[in-house]
Amino acid sequence: MTTTILEGQRLRAPSEPPRRRPAGRRAIAPYLFLTPWLIGLLAFVVGPMIVSLYLSMTDYNFLQDPTFVGFDNYVRMFTSDPRYLASVGVTAVYVLVSVPLQLAFALGLALLLDRAIAGIAIYRAVFYLPSLIGSSVAVAVLWRTVFGADGLVNSALGLLGIESTRSWVGNPDTALMTIIALNVWTFGSPMIIFLAGLRQIPRSYYEAAEVDGAGPVRRFLNITVPLLTPIVFFNLILQTIYAFQAFVPAYIVSNGSGGPADSTLFYTLYLYQQGFTSFQMGYASAMAWVLLAVIAIVTGINFLLSKYWVFYGDGDR
Amino acid sequence: MSAADLADAPRRQSSLTRRVAMHVLLILLALGMLYPLLWMIVSSLRENSAIFSDASLALRNLSLDNYSRGWDAQQNSFATYFGNSFLITGLAIVANIAACSLTAYAFARMTFRLKAFFMAILLGTIMLPEHVTIVPQYVLFSELGWLNTFLPLTVPKFFATEAFFVFLIVQFMRGIPRDIDEAAALDGCGPFQTYSRIMLPLITPALATTAIFSFIWTWNDFFRPLIFLTDNSLFTVPLAVRLFADIGGTDWGALFAMSVLSLLPIFIFFVFGQRYLIRGIATTGLK
Repeated sequence: MTTTILEGQRLRAPSEPPRRRPAGRRAIAPYLFLTPWLIGLLAFVVGPMIVSLYLSMTDYNFLQDPTFVGFDNYVRMFTSDPRYLASVGVTAVYVLVSVPLQLAFALGLALLLDRAIAGIAIYRAVFYLPSLIGSSVAVAVLWRTVFGADGLVNSALGLLGIESTRSWVGNPDTALMTIIALNVWTFGSPMIIFLAGLRQIPRSYYEAAEVDGAGPVRRFLNITVPLLTPIVFFNLILQTIYAFQAFVPAYIVSNGSGGPADSTLFYTLYLYQQGFTSFQMGYASAMAWVLLAVIAIVTGINFLLSKYWVFYGDGDR
Repeated sequence: MSAADLADAPRRQSSLTRRVAMHVLLILLALGMLYPLLWMIVSSLRENSAIFSDASLALRNLSLDNYSRGWDAQQNSFATYFGNSFLITGLAIVANIAACSLTAYAFARMTFRLKAFFMAILLGTIMLPEHVTIVPQYVLFSELGWLNTFLPLTVPKFFATEAFFVFLIVQFMRGIPRDIDEAAALDGCGPFQTYSRIMLPLITPALATTAIFSFIWTWNDFFRPLIFLTDNSLFTVPLAVRLFADIGGTDWGALFAMSVLSLLPIFIFFVFGQRYLIRGIATTGLK
């Protein structure tokens, strides 16, 4: 690649003397390059974060000036807001169930596809496609009908001889499950990361192990599994963070209500309701900070636990 | 399938029966995953009365009626909504390519004070939930008179706020030999010229990945348009599709037709940009 690049660029003859830039101009150049990002960082990220932290300690309905209330919002969340606690429960179940399932599918399919089989590009594309559209309104709408009373799921059950007229999205016991299924359906993007990881395991490891008399089971358990743990960890971190922030499916499936019976009241959906339909913006800000803290803590715990199961090799891979 | 098979797989030619069995398994799974999408496409071409009575993909009595009815079913024509979405996504692509590559060049190629600190902040913002900033942003955009305009959805992107892409491009730039920019500097190129004339042409694959993901994410984005746009004539396609669902979804045919249309641009980007998408995820873990 290097050579083609050099050929393509027609650099000037090396005999020409190098011209030095004035030192001052060099020194400020990086900051000129960084200026847009720094402005954006201050105006749209850091500034709003500081304001949000302040608003989280106020009663603020957007129309009147915020009034400082200390930690009241935070206390209210955990002591006198059953809907908040419901949203925490829904989100916890969603993260704990859908992320491991999604990663299990991703890993299983990656291991299958890693065999040198014909048509791998097509399979990979087909399995990846849902990841791209999984957060779209159109797919959420489709999901609502597929799991509806006269939807595809009941038709499929009918083919298996199970008569069902239950609306899976309309029943508080199963509504969350349909959204978990939607997240599992989007296993394609972690699958591709697993595939890339599998491709990086040197084939010579397997050959050496075989020479040493290791059978296929031992080779899988002692080579593939440990060398893949960093990728499992990476996917786990990312997908957990994404899962905490899921919004569209819950919004569409429940028509913005989080129903039936708050069974799909995702954390972000309740935050949206508080902030932008009830205009309890102080409370919504406090919720956002708790979300951030929880994501940070869960990520931190994942990192701490990783010491016990993630294998980083001897560093010369 | 046992663990033994899996470990052994990459290097051994599977027997014919085993290969056939694996293809059957994969094809069944692929069909199962795609079935709802295919059913939505077929249903969008059926009469309303036939949609829920037919779970098959049979291609009988198809017509485009749902499409013409759905196109004008909302307050404004879908031409308006598509126009809005294309304008916003087009600006997002331009903004992300320009701002993120500029920022990435500083991080990948220049030395400045507190670089490691800024890099840590950059990576931190990638993982930051947008909910932490959304309320103050709403207040800010309201003060600026930007509510019910496309500005809240586009202007921040011109300031490299989608840090994911900065990271993606930095990673790509690190793979390009430094000799090239050093040669350009010796030749008298200033930093900006080196960036624009030497670096940009070399990182087109990363810019393509950025463009495709910018398109798909911005096109799919629902949360921010939902918050910042309340005037129907400014609605993006997802907001307009949602309106069907809102009224109880009596006209399923029209809803499906517009849903299919709303996914069509993503399919097109997917088909033509697959190579860049796969590479993008494999190197950075983008969704």
